[in-house]
Amino acid sequence: MKQIAVASGKGGTGKTSMVASFAGFAGAVLADCDVDAPNLHLILKPEVVEKIPYRGMEVAEIDSDTCIECGACERACRFNAIENFRVIGEKCEGCGVCPLVCPVDAIEMKKRVTGHVYTAHTRFGEFVYGLLGAGEEASGKLVTVARKKAVEIAERVGAPLIIIDAPAGIGCPVIASIGNTDLLVMVVEPTMAAVHDMERLLEVAAHFKVDTVAIINKYDINEDVTKRIEDFCTARGIEIVGEIPFSKKFTEAMVRGMSIAEYDAPLAEMMKNIWERIEEYVNASDENHNSV
Amino acid sequence: MKITVASGKGGTGKTTVAVNMALANGATLYDCDVEEPNANIFLNAELEKIEDVSLMNPLFDMNRCTFCKKCAEFCRYNAIAVLPSDIMLFPELCSGCGGCKMVCPHEAISEGERKIGEIYRGEGEITIYQGLLNVGEARATPIISRLKQYVDDNGISILDAPPGNGCPAIEAMHGSDFVILVTEPTPFGLHDLKIAVTIVRKLAIPFGVVINRHGIGDEGVEHYCREEDIPVLMKIPYNREIAVLYSKGVPFVKEIQGWRKKFVDLYEAVAE
Repeated sequence: MKQIAVASGKGGTGKTSMVASFAGFAGAVLADCDVDAPNLHLILKPEVVEKIPYRGMEVAEIDSDTCIECGACERACRFNAIENFRVIGEKCEGCGVCPLVCPVDAIEMKKRVTGHVYTAHTRFGEFVYGLLGAGEEASGKLVTVARKKAVEIAERVGAPLIIIDAPAGIGCPVIASIGNTDLLVMVVEPTMAAVHDMERLLEVAAHFKVDTVAIINKYDINEDVTKRIEDFCTARGIEIVGEIPFSKKFTEAMVRGMSIAEYDAPLAEMMKNIWERIEEYVNASDENHNSV
Repeated sequence: MKITVASGKGGTGKTTVAVNMALANGATLYDCDVEEPNANIFLNAELEKIEDVSLMNPLFDMNRCTFCKKCAEFCRYNAIAVLPSDIMLFPELCSGCGGCKMVCPHEAISEGERKIGEIYRGEGEITIYQGLLNVGEARATPIISRLKQYVDDNGISILDAPPGNGCPAIEAMHGSDFVILVTEPTPFGLHDLKIAVTIVRKLAIPFGVVINRHGIGDEGVEHYCREEDIPVLMKIPYNREIAVLYSKGVPFVKEIQGWRKKFVDLYEAVAE
């Protein structure tokens, strides 16, 4: 089984629109790993099969009746998560140091449900998505749980592939989304900001040894920058598997809850070609690995 | 006045709003998107590194260690593995909490700094501070937290938050006087806006919405804001000129007449 992650560095370049389109061609299990701002389910309209509670890091809780207000916990906390003998939940990293230093056992680490992993049927196949509770920590761990579930399902239904919709950025949930995948499909738009972000994402991909191909979305917004991306990718041996023009149809499709491949025939054709190239690439890379 | 510009969904125009608003009002800009900082692409200030950001990681004295595993049992991040005759640290997982050192019964653990990022400062038309997470590092929050120490309580400070609704975005919002949520009028924009609103309400920070690319998509965001009584502070229309200027890294207050005043008005509306 292969795993492909679609990521971008910069947000809003069209990752989810790509994944929703590929979903119609791929026969894959889909996984939305953008757990603090997931959107893929808005297009896939999942019929939820299972809702699995996720317990993230514990959070310290101070019992104010027992607390003698000595301030030992506040001094020991490296995350500035305790102020005036109260825990600031959003800042607590769940390390467990404060109960260790409390002389009167007034602090307890509490485990809570901080998100859910959903498994679902969709018109494109099986779907897994994580949803972190608003303001909760440890999205990387939730990504890992969602990906494990996706592997389980893919094995059960015999799907040859998992497509992962990754979050923006290069930090913890992104590393959890692209680590140990067979291919990173990077969606980049021709803006100076997106180019900068793409370069950082590529460094992360190199760091975790993930092979990469690129899609240039809205390539005609600025063809000078598109040329720069092409040159950059060529110099690094990164194949550009497709260039997609700017089109309001992407937003129109989204508003209707459809993938672009369901909404517009010429763009559907284009997406299908891009997908076929990605599939070819990921299968070929397998042969290369085997021959080594 | 500390204003954080955040969004939920990525790519809705946080940096556009933050940069143009900072320029129009002579504010200091703090780029808190330390995973992908790109506000300075629009300012072109000469950046100078002013600080390394490090976490404290455990160092093991193998002469004292008895492999009792107390440290590994305490560590909630699974950052320490104790083998029969060795100890392994997975530094990217370590939060630097210092707990392992506290629980070690043999004083075999000391701490050393491990660099995870940097803080930069630049002087151009306005002053910019920027955090940068080292590639391969997972924890953006400590860098944002460090960056925020440079926030001046007296002047106008504008913080450009990272996308999403996770810990880095919350760290950027924490302690602000006002949060501007930038969204686009699409189902994706609305969905992520609702999550962001839940968080800002939890943090009890006053907030309002800026709708970017107004004219694409649907009416969902505006309906929602009306129903929830959330002020829509500004609408930036979708037009090709703005998109092209953005692609080149040019702030549009400099090129399109009338917008400088609109961003001055935006600040004044927020300050009230």
